[in-house]
Amino acid sequence: MIDVVMPQMGESIVEGTLTKWLKKPGDHVERDEPLFEISTDKVDTEIPSPAAGTLNEIVVEEGKTVGINTVVGRISDGASSGAAAPAVQESAPAPAPAPAPASQAPPPPAPQAAPEPVATVVEETAGPLSPLVRKMARENDIDLAKVKGTGAGGRITKQDLEAYMAARLQPPAPQAPPPVAAPPPQPPPQQMVPAQQPVYIPQPATAAPQTAPQTAPQTAMTYGEMPGVRVEPMSIMRQKIAEHMVFSKRTSAHVTTVHKVDMTRIAKLREKLKGQFQAQYGTSLTFLPFVLRAATAALRQYPIVNASVDGTNIIYHRDINIGIAVALENGLIVPVIRNADEKNVVGLQRAIADLAARARSRQLRPDEVQGGTFSITNFGSFGSVFATPVINQPQVAILGVGSVEKEPVVVDDAIAIRSMCYLALTFDHRLIDGALADQFTGKVKSVLESWAEEVL
Amino acid sequence: MPSTVLPSISKIEQTCDVRDLGRVGYGEAFRLQRTLVERRKRGEIADQLVFVEHPHVVTMGRNGHQENVLASPEMLERAGIEFHSTDRGGDVTYHGPGQIVGYPIFDLRQWKRDVVAYVRGIEQVLIDSLGEFGIRATRVAGATGVWTPEGKIAAIGVHISRWVTSHGFALNVDTDLNYFRYIVPCGLFKPVTSMRALGSNAAREQVIVALERNFGRVFSRAILSRTTEPLQL
Repeated sequence: MIDVVMPQMGESIVEGTLTKWLKKPGDHVERDEPLFEISTDKVDTEIPSPAAGTLNEIVVEEGKTVGINTVVGRISDGASSGAAAPAVQESAPAPAPAPAPASQAPPPPAPQAAPEPVATVVEETAGPLSPLVRKMARENDIDLAKVKGTGAGGRITKQDLEAYMAARLQPPAPQAPPPVAAPPPQPPPQQMVPAQQPVYIPQPATAAPQTAPQTAPQTAMTYGEMPGVRVEPMSIMRQKIAEHMVFSKRTSAHVTTVHKVDMTRIAKLREKLKGQFQAQYGTSLTFLPFVLRAATAALRQYPIVNASVDGTNIIYHRDINIGIAVALENGLIVPVIRNADEKNVVGLQRAIADLAARARSRQLRPDEVQGGTFSITNFGSFGSVFATPVINQPQVAILGVGSVEKEPVVVDDAIAIRSMCYLALTFDHRLIDGALADQFTGKVKSVLESWAEEVL
Repeated sequence: MPSTVLPSISKIEQTCDVRDLGRVGYGEAFRLQRTLVERRKRGEIADQLVFVEHPHVVTMGRNGHQENVLASPEMLERAGIEFHSTDRGGDVTYHGPGQIVGYPIFDLRQWKRDVVAYVRGIEQVLIDSLGEFGIRATRVAGATGVWTPEGKIAAIGVHISRWVTSHGFALNVDTDLNYFRYIVPCGLFKPVTSMRALGSNAAREQVIVALERNFGRVFSRAILSRTTEPLQL
C-alpha cells in the first residue's frame, strides 16, 4: 500500500486544499496520471499519482485543507510484489527500487534530481525534502540519513539541518568536512551557536501532522523555572533577524576594512545649504546621501562589490539597488533605494527620509525591502565611530558610516581641525579580496573628499 | 580585473517567446493554452508568454462559488457575455475588451518549484509595470492580485500541471468597469478599477512592452518578442 500525501508546492507553504479527486476509490491509476487537484493561494495544481495501482482509499475529502505531507489517500500496488515498506521508516535506505521517482539519498551531484512536483511516497528515508533542505544538505555535505527530522511526519526541516550542523561542530568531527582548509585548532569562529545545549533532540517518530512544522528548537526548557529570569518569546521580526544574521555569518567570509575620510568639504557644503534644504524639501540634509552617492560611483567602477554568489557562479547585478538599514523600536529593517545611481543628492535624501519614515510606521511594501544589491548602515547617527557590520545576504558587502567628528589632523605638516569620519566596509572574502575592497573604499573616500558639486 | 567584467543580468539562459495575439475567444485561447502546455511539458518549445484580449466573458475557477455570479445565465446571454467554467485557481472573474490578459506557459522547474513564489512574481511584474505609468499598486495580504487604493486593478488565477503553468492574469487597462457588476470578483466585495480610471492614457501596446520587460527581469528570462511571427502549433 502506498500513501499519497499532500505535496509541498513551495517553501513557504504549510498546507493545501484538496479541491478535486480525479479518480474514485477502486479506479485504476497509472503512475504519473493526474490523481487529484489541490489549491494554494489562487493556484490550482494537478497532482500525478506516485505509482500505478488501484486507488484504495480516499482519506481526505474534497474541500478539506490539510498540512503538507498529510496522507490524503492510499493506492494498493496490486501488480508488483508485496515488498512495499510500511509507513515511516527511519534511516534504512529503501530496499526495493522505490516506485516513486524521488531520489532521496543525498548524492552530491544531480542538482535536478528533485522529484516530480508532487505526491511523494512516505516510505523514503525521512519523508520528502524541501528544495532548500536538499540544497543545504548538498552544500554542507550532510548525510541526510543521519539527521533526525522534527517536521510534520518526521520530515527534515531547515532547522533540523542547522541544528545538525551546529552539533557537528562540537565534538571532534567524525571526519574531515570538505570545506577548503582543514579545521583549525581553535574552536570554530561561530560563537553564534550556543555551545552547551543539545541542539537537536531526537523525538519519537509519531505521526504529528497538522501542526505547523516550524516549531522553535526546544532548548531552554529549564529557564522558565529559574528564579530571577523572565521568559519572553521573540517577536517574529526578532526571530527573522536572528536567523538572517547567523545565516549571513555562516555564509560569508566576513572581513572589515576601515578608511578614514575627511568630510570637511561636505560638512561646509551641508552647513551652507542646510536651512535652505529644510525649507525647500521639508527634510533635513544629512551626510548619508553624500556617502550613498559616492558609493554608487564606486559600485559602478567595481561591479563585483554589487554582485552575489550563487554556488560557484558570480551574479553581477545590472541595477544598483542600495539597502539602507533603518533602526526600528524593536528591530531593524533594510528598505531599498532602487537604481540609486540614477538619483542626485536631493533625490537620495528624500528617498532615505521617505523610506525611513514609512519603515517606522510599518508602511513599507514587501517589494521595497527586496532586491537590494548593496547596503549602507549609518551607525554614526547613534554616535558610533566605527563598527563591523554584518553583510545583508545575498549581497557581498556593506558600508558602515561612522559619526562625523571634528579632529586635529596633520595637513601639510600643520595641525588643522577637520571633520573626520570612519567608513567601514565589510566584504565577503569569498568573492572580494582585500586589495579590491580597499580600492573600492578608496574610491568612495576620494569622491567624498573632492566633492565638486555645488548643486545637489 | 573584475572592474572590466561587464555587468550582466543574472542567469539568463532561459528564453521566453512573447506574442500578442489580440482578440481571441476564451474557448479558443483555452485550447491554445492546452496545446502549448503539452508541448512545453515535452520540451518542444521554450517558455511562452501569450497576451490576448477576450470578448466579454465571465469565467469561474475551480474554487468558484456560483453565488458570486450575480446575473442569471439568461441575463448574461442577453448582455452578450459568455460563461465558462475553467480549471484555474480562484473564484469568478470577468474578461473583456480593454483588458490585457496574459497567459505565461512557464516550466517552473526551470525557475523555482514554488507556486506561491510564482504568483508573487506575477504580482511583482504587474506592480513594477504599473509603476512605470505612475500608478502605485500594491499587494494585499490574503488577497492575491494587484491593488490600488481605488480597488483591484489586476486579477490572478493559475493552473499548474507538472510544474507547467497556464492561465495567468488580467490587467484592466481601459476596461468598461460596469461589466464587473454582473459578478463578485474573486468572491470579494471590493471595488475594481482600471489604469484609465486612475488617469493613465497608456495604450495596450505600451503596457505590453512594460509587462514583457518586467517578466524578463522578474523571472530571469531573455524575452524574444515574436509578435510578428505566427504561432506554429
